[in-house]
Amino acid sequence: MKRMVLLIGWAATAVGQVSYDRIRRADSEPGNWLTYSGNYSSHRFSKLDQIDTTNVKRLKPAWVYQIQAREKTQSTPLVADGVMYLSEPAGEVTALDTRTGRTLWNYRRTMPKGTRGCCSQVNRGVALLDDTVYVGTFDAHLVALDAKSGVVRWDTTVADHNLGHSITVAPLAVKDKIVVGIAGGEYGVRGFVDAYHAKTGQRAWRFWTVPVAGEKGVETWAGESWKHGAATTWVTGAFDPDQNLVFWGTGNPGPDWNGEVRKGDNLYSDCLLALDADTGKMKWYFQFTPHDVHDWDSTEVPVLVDGVVRGEKRKLVLFANRNTFYYVLDRQSGQFLAGKQFAKQTWAKGLDDAGRPIRLPNTSPTVEGTKVYPSVPGGTNWFSPSYSPVANLFYVAARDEGGIYHMGEAEYKPGAQFNAGGFRSIPGEEPAGAIRALRPFTGELAWEFKLFSPPWAGVMSTAGGLVFGGTNEGDFLALDAATGKILWRFQTGSQVKANPISYLSGGKQQVAIASSNALFVFELE
Amino acid sequence: MIRTILFAWVGAAVALAQIDPEYVAPKQNPHTSPADLKRGEQLFLGHCAGCHGPKGEGARGPYLARPKLRRAPDDAALFELIRDGIPGTEMPAGWAMIMKEVWQVTGYVRSLGRTAEEKVPGDAARGAGLYRTKGNCSQCHTVRGQGGGTFGPDLTEIGTRRSASYLRAALLEPEKTVPEGFVQVHIVTKEGKTITGVRLNEDTFTVQVRDLNGVHSFEKRDLKDFHKDPGKSPMPGYRTIFTAPELDDLVAYLASLRGAS
Repeated sequence: MKRMVLLIGWAATAVGQVSYDRIRRADSEPGNWLTYSGNYSSHRFSKLDQIDTTNVKRLKPAWVYQIQAREKTQSTPLVADGVMYLSEPAGEVTALDTRTGRTLWNYRRTMPKGTRGCCSQVNRGVALLDDTVYVGTFDAHLVALDAKSGVVRWDTTVADHNLGHSITVAPLAVKDKIVVGIAGGEYGVRGFVDAYHAKTGQRAWRFWTVPVAGEKGVETWAGESWKHGAATTWVTGAFDPDQNLVFWGTGNPGPDWNGEVRKGDNLYSDCLLALDADTGKMKWYFQFTPHDVHDWDSTEVPVLVDGVVRGEKRKLVLFANRNTFYYVLDRQSGQFLAGKQFAKQTWAKGLDDAGRPIRLPNTSPTVEGTKVYPSVPGGTNWFSPSYSPVANLFYVAARDEGGIYHMGEAEYKPGAQFNAGGFRSIPGEEPAGAIRALRPFTGELAWEFKLFSPPWAGVMSTAGGLVFGGTNEGDFLALDAATGKILWRFQTGSQVKANPISYLSGGKQQVAIASSNALFVFELE
Repeated sequence: MIRTILFAWVGAAVALAQIDPEYVAPKQNPHTSPADLKRGEQLFLGHCAGCHGPKGEGARGPYLARPKLRRAPDDAALFELIRDGIPGTEMPAGWAMIMKEVWQVTGYVRSLGRTAEEKVPGDAARGAGLYRTKGNCSQCHTVRGQGGGTFGPDLTEIGTRRSASYLRAALLEPEKTVPEGFVQVHIVTKEGKTITGVRLNEDTFTVQVRDLNGVHSFEKRDLKDFHKDPGKSPMPGYRTIFTAPELDDLVAYLASLRGAS
């Protein structure tokens, strides 16, 4: 009987073709959530307005899906035509009926023995293109699944997991290719951004984020330190179809906390890269934290907006960086236009005219420990910001937390961690956080909603005048997008460490968020 | 890319066994030169002292300046404990150190235990009596399930977690030894109800508190006043309550509490 019910449900659910053109025009179909950040510009903004500031108090759980994996999830689900595609830890995928929360199919995967990664076997989401679902796996494969059945169409090895490579990032479908990044910066791997042909799984191009001997940029690494330079690429970027450019952030240089062994700016670590979508050729880069010694990856989500800055209408990329500074860059040239601190920090006097940080002395890690703000997780992190074209505000979940940084010995062994130090929290301090609304072209604070502890949840804004976010203590909440006033909250029972999305199910607006090992879906009662 | 879930590192460390030959601990510490010991001290001060005290005298974590460590009877066991942490406790894996550095810390921790063991001059049996009577300690604390209090920490294993000198200091000046994470709060509700107690839990919107009357939960928006006194302790100082010999006896009793059996 149960099977019959599911089959009926399945028949009633039309699985559509998610063409590149549909993703490119994702703003025109807000009933779906077709790509990681909602649209190629990474706005994480929903045009839906059924749920608004006047009725959000009536938001109730519609259903809850319990994730099967032991690990907690950081996944952003995608929704197309009534079907939700949710990645689960290590790179498994479940398709769900958005009306009932019932499972349509699963893709299960056993990790090979010895798979390693610095920070648990998380996965942040899938990509959709045509009738295929794409997922990266913790053993560093990229897998294509039939969207109707979950059957594997192809399975490509991206990198050797024995050396510490893993994939935690949600891939990005761009035209006929699947762009994906790599994790493993704590293992001294060499980072890259890859693109694969969506139909075959053959690699189309690779951009190495650390140059080798003879290449431009290698002079920014002392000696042969480039060999284990990391600069991994573990958070989904953005795409500008007009310029045919993919924008993708890079991570910390390796080893994390001992800069003595890799003097120089360490390109292209902690950068935003602008890559040609067809060839992977770099058009420009901007380095946020040259010679990073605090593990402040620039693996945050770049947000593409057009606006007037310095008296000129420009194509911009907005970037709230883990180093606590908010940046406004020209996305055609990479030129720095404006920057402002958005979270507590003690390491830099500010940014110079080129956007380079002006470092303060005595802020590098030492053997005994150096107290610095922000902490290793930074002023923000992988979880998504949001831009509302309605409110014209940039929202970021901000962390006001310091840490004590230790420098250790740098010793590279293949497959072993290559950190050269560590960090710990500051004894006696209770760090805090906030959801902050920034003026997009200056970074000026418009409002803030204070949180008890530094958050790990992304934010989403909506045309209903709301900003959704989450807390470490389990609250999923809605704020007034114009003022920051709390309007609604729901206690999920565990840390919210994921990004919200919104879409229509049966004509009704739903909002979904993962919390620990469950996915909660809300709608108006 | 480092994030905060430290237990995951234990799994990663287990995986390292197949790669790093130093991962399999030899029985003897291979890094015991004076330079190793010095480096071990530096690493200990950086990574361990926050919980165990600069000299291993104990604070949030157990005191280590003793010849025998309950969970680490030999060097290899201590090395593994530092490397892997203790799952289910606050002791994290030493993921930030390479194997050589873990050995250097192992050597330093062992050196702490080679100092003369602290003498506890009092009489534990007399101390047990004082605990129940003059001290009225069981009003707030429990030992092996006995005593009515849950306001203060359970003391069943306090002798393994704190040195005698630490216990003495805590009895004389409790506010100098407030443990990490222990926060006294003062609350006044909009109805005028006042509560001073120990914070059990807190989030952006609510706070849960325990006092001598039990457990309370509040929405912060319903409070007229809510402030934290992290350095404060509801425990009274016993300097003027006990004589010096009585204090010795009570310390001896507390130092003798080493678990349920």
